Amino acid sequence: MLRDLFTNVKKQQAIMPNAKSKSDVPEGIMTKCPACKHVEPTKELGKLLKVCPKCDFHFKMTAHERIDSLIDEGTFVSMDDHLGTENPLEFPAYMSKVKKDAEKTGLNEAVLTGTGKIDGNEVAIAVMDAHFRMGSMGSVVGEKITRAVEKATELGIPMLIFSASGGARMQEGVLSLMQMAKTSVALNRHSEKGLLYISIMTYPTTGGVSASFASVGDINLAEPKALIGFAGRRVIEQTVREKLPEDFQTAEFLLAHGQLDAVVHRVDMQDMLSRIIRLHTKGEAVQ
Amino acid sequence: MKKTMSFEEPIIKLREKIQELKEFTETNEVDLSDEIRNLNDRLIKLENDIYGNMETWERVQVARHPERPTTYDYIGELFEDFIELHGDRAFGDDAAIVGGIGSFDGKPVTIIGHQRGKDTKENVKRTFGMPHPEGYRKALRLMKQAEKFRRPIICMIDTKGAYPGRAAEERGQSEAIARNLVEMASFTVPVISIVIGEGGSGGALALGVANRIYMLEHSTYSVISPEGAASILWKDAAYAKEAAEAMKITAPDLLKMGIIDEIIPEVLGGGHRDPKQQAKNMKAVLSKALTDLSKLDGDELVQDRYDKFRKIGVFTE
Repeated sequence: MLRDLFTNVKKQQAIMPNAKSKSDVPEGIMTKCPACKHVEPTKELGKLLKVCPKCDFHFKMTAHERIDSLIDEGTFVSMDDHLGTENPLEFPAYMSKVKKDAEKTGLNEAVLTGTGKIDGNEVAIAVMDAHFRMGSMGSVVGEKITRAVEKATELGIPMLIFSASGGARMQEGVLSLMQMAKTSVALNRHSEKGLLYISIMTYPTTGGVSASFASVGDINLAEPKALIGFAGRRVIEQTVREKLPEDFQTAEFLLAHGQLDAVVHRVDMQDMLSRIIRLHTKGEAVQ
Repeated sequence: MKKTMSFEEPIIKLREKIQELKEFTETNEVDLSDEIRNLNDRLIKLENDIYGNMETWERVQVARHPERPTTYDYIGELFEDFIELHGDRAFGDDAAIVGGIGSFDGKPVTIIGHQRGKDTKENVKRTFGMPHPEGYRKALRLMKQAEKFRRPIICMIDTKGAYPGRAAEERGQSEAIARNLVEMASFTVPVISIVIGEGGSGGALALGVANRIYMLEHSTYSVISPEGAASILWKDAAYAKEAAEAMKITAPDLLKMGIIDEIIPEVLGGGHRDPKQQAKNMKAVLSKALTDLSKLDGDELVQDRYDKFRKIGVFTE
């Protein structure tokens, strides 16, 4: 009976808004900006790091696009692409949804991890991909991030995490919740070794991801207008009936409330990261 | 007197009937002792049948029972010389998390727990046990104090989740929870967490990065509330019962998944039926855990906590 209830419901993303707008422009050739409606050839938009040339709207990036935009060419080595999702709670259709997103994104799960160089400096990096189950964190995402952090600790190198996630993945229940703790204990060990962790929040960083590794960088950065928050706007409006400001839970809102070190335009991101890393390398810091 | 949960109605009815018969025999010259004895036997059997085989949704009702003992109730039963300590030293004092110092088995400990209210007025004051960032920051302050003075930390988890509100977001709800997760990993004193009611999401976990995690038999621990899960899955919070089952949130579920160490048995029908006895059940487990953990030095405690969370997850290699 329970199974029937599950299958009767059409898949919908209820909590997180989705920036991907279904436009009337043919898919592939041209892309329409959901913010200002400007239409740009997709190829040109790619060269602009998927930032609207008219209004600076930051489109979602895939994990591979992000890596290409940041990591020195030919230096990225991915990790743990072999880990496979399981269905511990036996949620109907869960595995097929994961499989479909794996095919769509070319990733084994909602995060791509590995090591590579930024301006010649070796880093470990995890990039979440919101195109894969809304970037939600289940066992594999937690495990991949934890292993990347452990690798950074082992090699004594900085850790970078680009968050893009609706939060903990519901279909793996409390196991997902515990990934918040797992990644945190690994980050604590990395930190105790005096190593640098930079967290970069992108659209969207919410729920259990916001309430774990994303918020505890030595330096917390975010992309302009990124949605960042713990509880969803709708949940807050419904349960508390509070009127919320227009810019509520945007990167700029968080900056104004002391939750971020800086909001960084995508075009400036690589340079910013490179400078931060350089200022944390031995020889430049006080010994 | 106590709020009746729908599934226990047959028990309540039978109890009333027995009471009626007893009163009848007192005012009338008839001997019904055989009947009463029979009914009492039936009552015991019925209680064992119903309370001994609770379904997920029935456990949720027990976990949410308005008279279910809270952190304060257990503090009163378990610790001597308790002194409550207030405030996060930065913004305020969140009444949804209480904490302080006391003594357990003659040794000083730090105690921290979510605190629900027992009536509407108290619930408003305590925001229904749903903390704001300053609550988590108070908890962290008290934990760091415990670390300094080498006191074990005992946390009681009892919340639907962190408070979803504008002020909470402005003051960094995410950061406050996340900070606790990271910092709790580093403590060189024993940390023990007991889920005494509802363990809701990140707001619960922020007191849960412990060396030992226990759940009371009818408590729950989940990534999202049954109502929240239902509204996502079926666009209707009314399916909370089905969602609760699907999400596997009971103490036996979590024991099976290897997340918790042990289930602390409850008084038949739930802790609210005999809080003193319930506290005794907890005392025995706490006592043993503290003795066991006292054998580990600081580094071993950190490693033990690391290993505990490091292994959680289900995937193929």
